[in-house]
Amino acid sequence: MTALLRIASATVRFGDRAALDGVDLDVAAHETVCVLGPSGSGKSTLLRAVAGLQPLDGGRVLLDGADQAGTPPHRRGVGLMFQDHQLFPQRDVGGNVAFGPRMHKVPRARRDRRVAELLDLVGLPGAAGREVGTLSGGEQQRVALARALAPEPRLLMLDEPLGQLDRSLRERLVVELRQLFGQLGTTVLAVTHDQGEAFALADRVVVMRDGRIAQTGTPLAVWQQPASEFVARFLGFDTITDGAVSGGVAVTDWGKLPVPDGTPEGPVRLLVRPPGVLLGPADEGLLCEVRARTFRGGRVAVILGVVGAERGPALEAECTLRDAPAEGERIGVTFDPAEIVVLDR
Amino acid sequence: MDVDRPVAPAPAHPEPRPPRRPQKPWTRFLGGAAGGSRGTVVRLALMVVPLAFFAVFFAYPVGAIVTRGLHQGGRWRLGAIGDVLGDPSIRHVLWFTCWQAAASTALTLAVGLPGAYVFARLDFPGKRLLRAVVTVPFVLPTVVAGSAFLALLGQNGFTDSLFGFRLDTSVWAILIAHVFFNYAVVVRTVGGLWAQLDPRQEEAARMLGAGRFAAWRQVTLPALGPAVAAAALMVFLFTFTSFGVIQILGGPTRSTLEVEIYRQTAELLDLPTAAVLTLLQLAAVAVILGVHAWTVRRRESTLRLVDAARTAHRPRGGERALLVAVLAVVALLILLPLGVLAARSLGGPNGYGFAFYRALSSADGSGDGGTFLVSPLETVWNSLRYAAVATVIALAVGALAAAALVRRAGRVLRGFDALLMLPLGTSAVTVGFGFLITLDKPPLDLRDSWLLVPLAQALVGVPFVVRVMLPVLRAVDDRLREAAAVLGASPLRVWREVELPLVARAVGIAAGFAFAVSLGEFGATVFIARPDSPTLPVAVARLLGRAGEMNYGQAMALSTILMVVCAASLLVLETTWRRRGDGRRLSDPTGEF
Repeated sequence: MTALLRIASATVRFGDRAALDGVDLDVAAHETVCVLGPSGSGKSTLLRAVAGLQPLDGGRVLLDGADQAGTPPHRRGVGLMFQDHQLFPQRDVGGNVAFGPRMHKVPRARRDRRVAELLDLVGLPGAAGREVGTLSGGEQQRVALARALAPEPRLLMLDEPLGQLDRSLRERLVVELRQLFGQLGTTVLAVTHDQGEAFALADRVVVMRDGRIAQTGTPLAVWQQPASEFVARFLGFDTITDGAVSGGVAVTDWGKLPVPDGTPEGPVRLLVRPPGVLLGPADEGLLCEVRARTFRGGRVAVILGVVGAERGPALEAECTLRDAPAEGERIGVTFDPAEIVVLDR
Repeated sequence: MDVDRPVAPAPAHPEPRPPRRPQKPWTRFLGGAAGGSRGTVVRLALMVVPLAFFAVFFAYPVGAIVTRGLHQGGRWRLGAIGDVLGDPSIRHVLWFTCWQAAASTALTLAVGLPGAYVFARLDFPGKRLLRAVVTVPFVLPTVVAGSAFLALLGQNGFTDSLFGFRLDTSVWAILIAHVFFNYAVVVRTVGGLWAQLDPRQEEAARMLGAGRFAAWRQVTLPALGPAVAAAALMVFLFTFTSFGVIQILGGPTRSTLEVEIYRQTAELLDLPTAAVLTLLQLAAVAVILGVHAWTVRRRESTLRLVDAARTAHRPRGGERALLVAVLAVVALLILLPLGVLAARSLGGPNGYGFAFYRALSSADGSGDGGTFLVSPLETVWNSLRYAAVATVIALAVGALAAAALVRRAGRVLRGFDALLMLPLGTSAVTVGFGFLITLDKPPLDLRDSWLLVPLAQALVGVPFVVRVMLPVLRAVDDRLREAAAVLGASPLRVWREVELPLVARAVGIAAGFAFAVSLGEFGATVFIARPDSPTLPVAVARLLGRAGEMNYGQAMALSTILMVVCAASLLVLETTWRRRGDGRRLSDPTGEF
């Protein structure tokens, strides 16, 4: 299968710093790929390079197998939705959405039809005559999406598509976007720093760090098996410690932890995902004290310090609101081997 | 294009790139690593027309004049330079030229910046009319304005007869007249940008604990920096090369370089001295421009521009006092001299009336015959026609130059930027005289062409167009251009669809300036206008040059007509450029992003 988009050892430098450092990535037709990374990891540069807004210092970008070097942005047939939307202030909503079709010389009648269709699709029927200045953040986002879809790009790219919206709107829109892309069969390459957004939206997630790809995989695979400490921490897993493996168990600050079969002997970096930290009565397992609790929806993240090893790494457990121990309470901790991950060092 | 080659530093970017802030040359637009050279080609192509224009209509005539002055008897007489510069009276002229220009600029900024704020940010009745009115002095022939100030501040003038003081013997008269002329430069250049700055930036600073002034000082002033610098530069240039005002109010002891050049050329026929002074003035102007380029380089930043109509509000609190103060300044500084001018035009042998105006309609209105080949009234039509053509030329040449300069680039382009300003600092007398002796033979024989006058006028219009458009063009967010490009717009299309609508306001202001300076241009036009089709300022000067109350009165009447024509055309411009056929505002930005 040839990929719709193939990025081959793409490199972009700003001075001494490489914003993209030999990035390889394929996106298949109808696939939704989400690039995830902290700010400065090069994910926006990646989009700009694919769009042709950022010349490559090395490597290639291919669309449908054709090298895009020398093809200016307006002839690449890709769409890009900007982080802050960049709606044209001097045009109304309809004028913004019709811009792309107009550039592609679509006749007026068809253009108008397309605008109406798209505004329906994004849930803003009849908004064509509105000034963009009167739109709310969510509405602007929808108009920006409609505008990016209007010229029927073979690849739609989204730069922090929901970045500026409030949480509840974001969660609703993510679901809408996923359904929409499924309906339309659009190929999507999105970047975000929000893992929740990425995991909800993507068929495949790409985690970037310092201009390189740190890990690629389905959301589930990345979630279950973060490749490195960087990825684990970026996903919000902080229960990480050093250990020494010998005979199928690792000796750590938290006592002996079982490790998966085939783990080589010697020093190792271990992650215990929160569901793998099991709480019990204080006289069973590792004695811990509850340092803090944070509420995440219906669940509570409990931060635990090991009694007698207060300077060691904290543990994070998850439990329901009802079962959550109080701050300062002492409990015993045991570990679920299935939730222990050996990280690449 | 070869993209497989190993990573190499892009040769098109000699300056080190700042990290994390990808610069925005045109090249990014054209895509790919070869974009750099292609961008340069595009820029050079855009510059061909402005460069040719300046070579033929500026460098060539001025060069010819200087050559004629210094190249005599078959050899160069460069010794003249030392002689002239060693002359203490010339040194005195140079010193006076410099310090009065600096003082005038400082005074104009001090008076003009509050005005810029009031016109940009406050709503009050009659604002549009008043904005047109404050621009009128700028386009008045300097001779006329000088006379108006003489009538206002001089012996038996308005203040003398009313309050018993006169200022025409002090340097204050010159300074005040310069503020009168250049007030509009500050109000329009700075105010034009100020009106479009997002007030929320200042609000954000206020929320962070900055006082009203501190917020202005820290947030708005830096954003306005380029516009303030541009305005200050223009004012300094105009006052440095001031001619008519000094001629009338300077007396025998105060003289600028420009006045001295005129004296040496037209009165003493000392071409070598005039040539040296022309070179001296050119050099001084080049230094000023160099300093300017050095100070404002990279000061322009991407600003959040919003619709000017949305930033203005009704005055509240202390702003009312400010509004009143500014209105008082406008009344005293601008309306009063203009009023005195109008009052004089309505005077007459038999008390107040329209005698002078009636006399204008006949070619020999003054009764002594032969003043003109045409009636003075026809000169109004001539002037409008010439100014319209000059505006079109200036807009075309200036827009091309601005488009070439909008992406920051290497030294060559920056030099070009400064070069465009030179005509403003060059003696108009030299340019006019130069036109006469150079454009009179094939292949460029324009002696009998009416185009000669608009060409000379466009020369001073182009710098305005570039100065006004460049800051706004550079302030257009690059990502808007990118958004259009990704949606399928070619670079040319991006320019038309994105930048042009956003800068429509600036284009309007630029056109207004070009039209205005063309209308009021005197120094060059007086040399090259054909006797049977003089422009209005030329006619005024001819009338002023003749004795008799009738001639003086006609000059005042004609000046008043010029004043009204300017105010009317500026008003029309202000109201029409903002509306399109369907009634929606062209420059209607923007909102919440």
